[in-house]
Amino acid sequence: MSGRLFGAAITRVEDARLLTGTGHYVDDIELPGMLHAAFVRANFAHGRIRSIDKGDALAMPGVVAIYTMDDFADIAQGPMPAMAPHPLLKTPITYHPLSDAEVRHVGEAIAIVLADNRANAEDAAAAVMLDVEYLPAVSDVVLARVANSPTTHSQYASNIAATMKAGFGDCSKVFAKADHVLTEHFDIHRGGCHAMECRGVVANIDLLTDALTISTSSQSPYMVRRHLAAYLKRDENGIRVMTPDVGGGFGPKANVYAEEFAVALAAIKIRRPVKWIEDRQEHFVATTQQRGQIWSLDVAFDNDGRMRAISGHCIHDNGAYAPYGLILPATAIASFPGPYALEALDLTVDVVLTNLVPTSPVRGACRPNVAFLLERLADRIARHLGIDRQDVRQRSFVKADQMPYTTGMKARDGSPISYDSGDYVGALNLVLEKIGASDFETRRKEAKRRGKLRGLGIASCVEDTGLGPFEGASIRVTPAGRVIVATGASSQGQGHRTAFAQIAADALGVELDDVTVETADTAKFPLGISTIASRIAVTAGSSVQLAADKVRAKAITFASHQLEVDEQDLELEAGAVHVKGIPDMKIKLSEIAGALAGSTGVPLPGNMEPDLAATAYFNSNALTFAYGANACEVEIDPETGDIRVVRYVVVHDCGKLINPLIVDGQIRGGVVHGIGNALFERMIYDEQGQPLTTTYGDYLLPMASEMPPIEIHHMETPSPRNPIGVKGAGEGGTIPAAACVISAVEDALGPNGPFISAHPISPQQVVQWLEVAR
Amino acid sequence: MKAPPFQYHRPQTREELSALLSSLENAKILAGGQSLMPMMNLRVLAPEHLIDINRISDLAGIRETADGIEIGAMTRQADVLSSDIVKARIPLLIRALEHVGHIQTRARGTIGGSCCHLDPSAEQPAMCAALDAELIVTGPEGRRIVPISEWFEGLLQSALGEQEFLEAIRIKPWAKGHGYGFAEYARRHGDFAVAGGAAMIKAGNDGRITRAALLSFGVEASPRRLSDAEVALIGQPIDKLDIEPVVTEARALDAMEDVHVTAGYRRHLAGVLIRRALHEACTTLERQP
Ligand SMILES: Cc1cc2nc3c(=O)[nH]c(=O)nc-3n(C[C@H](O)[C@H](O)[C@H](O)COP(=O)(O)OP(=O)(O)OC[C@H]3O[C@@H](n4cnc5c(N)ncnc54)[C@H](O)[C@@H]3O)c2cc1C
Repeated sequence: MSGRLFGAAITRVEDARLLTGTGHYVDDIELPGMLHAAFVRANFAHGRIRSIDKGDALAMPGVVAIYTMDDFADIAQGPMPAMAPHPLLKTPITYHPLSDAEVRHVGEAIAIVLADNRANAEDAAAAVMLDVEYLPAVSDVVLARVANSPTTHSQYASNIAATMKAGFGDCSKVFAKADHVLTEHFDIHRGGCHAMECRGVVANIDLLTDALTISTSSQSPYMVRRHLAAYLKRDENGIRVMTPDVGGGFGPKANVYAEEFAVALAAIKIRRPVKWIEDRQEHFVATTQQRGQIWSLDVAFDNDGRMRAISGHCIHDNGAYAPYGLILPATAIASFPGPYALEALDLTVDVVLTNLVPTSPVRGACRPNVAFLLERLADRIARHLGIDRQDVRQRSFVKADQMPYTTGMKARDGSPISYDSGDYVGALNLVLEKIGASDFETRRKEAKRRGKLRGLGIASCVEDTGLGPFEGASIRVTPAGRVIVATGASSQGQGHRTAFAQIAADALGVELDDVTVETADTAKFPLGISTIASRIAVTAGSSVQLAADKVRAKAITFASHQLEVDEQDLELEAGAVHVKGIPDMKIKLSEIAGALAGSTGVPLPGNMEPDLAATAYFNSNALTFAYGANACEVEIDPETGDIRVVRYVVVHDCGKLINPLIVDGQIRGGVVHGIGNALFERMIYDEQGQPLTTTYGDYLLPMASEMPPIEIHHMETPSPRNPIGVKGAGEGGTIPAAACVISAVEDALGPNGPFISAHPISPQQVVQWLEVAR
Repeated sequence: MKAPPFQYHRPQTREELSALLSSLENAKILAGGQSLMPMMNLRVLAPEHLIDINRISDLAGIRETADGIEIGAMTRQADVLSSDIVKARIPLLIRALEHVGHIQTRARGTIGGSCCHLDPSAEQPAMCAALDAELIVTGPEGRRIVPISEWFEGLLQSALGEQEFLEAIRIKPWAKGHGYGFAEYARRHGDFAVAGGAAMIKAGNDGRITRAALLSFGVEASPRRLSDAEVALIGQPIDKLDIEPVVTEARALDAMEDVHVTAGYRRHLAGVLIRRALHEACTTLERQP
């Protein structure tokens, strides 16, 4: 699947607009009579609200209304619908749009204030008085799991929301036979997300039709519509949800949020447009966070380093609610066994509630955790046996000639999971060659002369991408010859407009400029799932191809009638259908579109169906597996403990590349996320669930100044599982990155250094480790 | 993250400023806004009145006087950094300013603002302490000169009175050829330092130290001169310095801890960084002929 444009490194059509400040985000929406919302949020992690006194606040300048859940009694009540119900979650643990009296984490929304501007709304929010009965809170997931812990929800007897089990083979048998067994414990930090644009919602009710229109900074506009319709008992048809430009999503914006419901309810109640723009303070306490997990793992392996079986237990920090069901812990299970061909696996994951903001998938979901576990174990085995780290991997990985490889794990529908294609050993060898692993010791010595400790790290991963069930697209050629692509896949800056235009333009023989791509407006395309899980190139990309193929066929049929030439003698090029070898014998797409748009009283040739347009869905029934091998070098200042990643090389295979520039951007950004996880980002809470790092002075996001040059090499093994041969690329940069950096740090600290089993690590820890190692 | 309501005032002259300061209750001066505005937006501070001094043109500027170099309180950090006078006469301040925030924040942030805000890790007040600066302060009773040693009154707390404003900072430069060194450690470029150190030395013809200033900052609530170590350095030969007492004094400071670092790590860094600063001072020192 390569063409003129498919596969070309074309600069993104979005960029001119976004980079010159002419993007249009939720906050750019201004509607007549619009009110601005601020939320009264809990500053305590657990408590029951006895009463709310709005009196003083209501009298403040500019304040129009203050609502709590009770005020919406005539519209809707109760907890929000579960986005992804799971049989193990007996009762859904979802938010109410505004708190139902018991508050379960700092930042939970209790009331919504509407005022003429945001500043006045915030002033009033600060003046709303709460009478609270404080309840014991628990923020440490290990403590939360023990029997006598305070419970996050006072009506539950325990904080264990669910216990998930998975595996294959007979672990006890393999462990009994293996040459070695090791046990290790891991602590992976939760972390935040921090898209550049925080969340935001504008809701508006049409006073004539009562139709509700929502613009939201979301990855899942169709889920917002579906669940809002269910909650409000309205028909979907009366709710339009749009996503304007979205400044980054990375996962948290895939949730349907309480604020989206509360703003909609407020607009319905007050019958005026309402805007709420999340500020960064709110983002730290009310937007879902990453993936805190505590693991203990036993690994069985042989003298040659071959990894044979793993059994393990995980304590998963779920936070206070499970709006997205068990999706996040499920991705941890689904990420095993990674690139390793295991004989047996036995996993138990306890999903534990804490009085913290919920966790939900963030770039990679729990895949980076599992890459960290598996890659750390591989390094640990190498160290235990005194062999090279790559030997463990080369001997343990699934081999290219085993593809398609059935891992032993089962998909959600019970079908066996099988890796579609790839060469994991080849990728590892290539990355070692590209980073120059063979002469690394020279660089280590040279660094030593400068007083620096240099280390080399490696890490690989396999990533399930292209999650079902489907996305769709419709393509219509207008009588002016413009190609309009509409899809339900929302876009958060990934370059979808460019990539989809490349696919459509190739199929229809037009230029990129002739194509307009419209994404995620429920009024323009009927169905969509979510932009998550590295799935849009596979699902929406394939559906654009399928729809374009249909339009192309229709244009050829029309031309065949018109030119009286056989269909197989026609081709599309330069915006027209022409006879092969006779470019002048042609009919333009605009003419076909015009003719198929119909003229009064004139029948269509061959009784064709009107409109040069088609809709297609691609059902992604089997996952496609992308993979990558990373290597990096770090330098440590042994006096300050400062850690600097100085080189980073990625070998990545996401099948056919629609646009290498876009894929490079995805991977580069992903690696930065992973470096942040490894070295910088720490979301600290005290024992009472109070967040202590709620500004960018305290919560350290990685910055360009700390990032190494990132070198990217692509392997292109087409996926046989979709018409365009692609696999997902959105998360593959992040998944192995933290593991890779930690591997390099451990290597730099030398043979007397510790086995590093947690991240993020800090310079202070490095200094302590070096003192111990001395 | 919108600031609570306040009344905005914009005096054009020092006299107007003084008048406002003596008549208004709960007022705050707005200089570059790089510390004050975030604190207001986070609602940590809620002054009733904001007095914007950006239009008082003669509060900015750098000039040489008989008593030393005077840097107006409203001089932007970027302008101090690019000043030829400061480059030639107070090179330590340049070294330090390179570590203050980012190009964007230095374009607005002022040296006076930093010296009034007094973050424990702020480089500018710390260098003022190393350089024995004087602060020129104006209040209802007129002008007074505060030596830097009396300026720090604790965390984020200066000796400035409620109705006073900082007019300028006066620094007596060390003689040409002195050695200066600066070292700090921050997790990311432009962050407030976890800890830092600065050193200045002067040596005689015999290569022995005749004058020394040593300072640790970001370790205690205020920058701290290492006075015992300074005394101990006098008379030592520059090529055979005994640095250990310096490091020991820095490591004995009463270090702060926070959510990220322990006091022990800060003390460790204080030792590492003062050593680095002193090394650098030895290399920048020009031997007198
Ligand atoms: C991203 C970022 C990074 C930063 N990094 C650093 C860093 O690494 N090191 C560092 O030192 N600083 C750093 N800062 C702070 C910066 O240097 C500020 O500019 C400085 O702290 C305050 O100066 P200002 O002119 O902005 O003062 P403002 O914020 O306007 O005022 C600060 C305080 O001083 C008072 N004030 C100001 N001028 C006077 C005056 N003439 N008389 C009396 N009172 C006055 C104000 O009332 C206020 O209380 C950073 C800031 C940001 C936003």
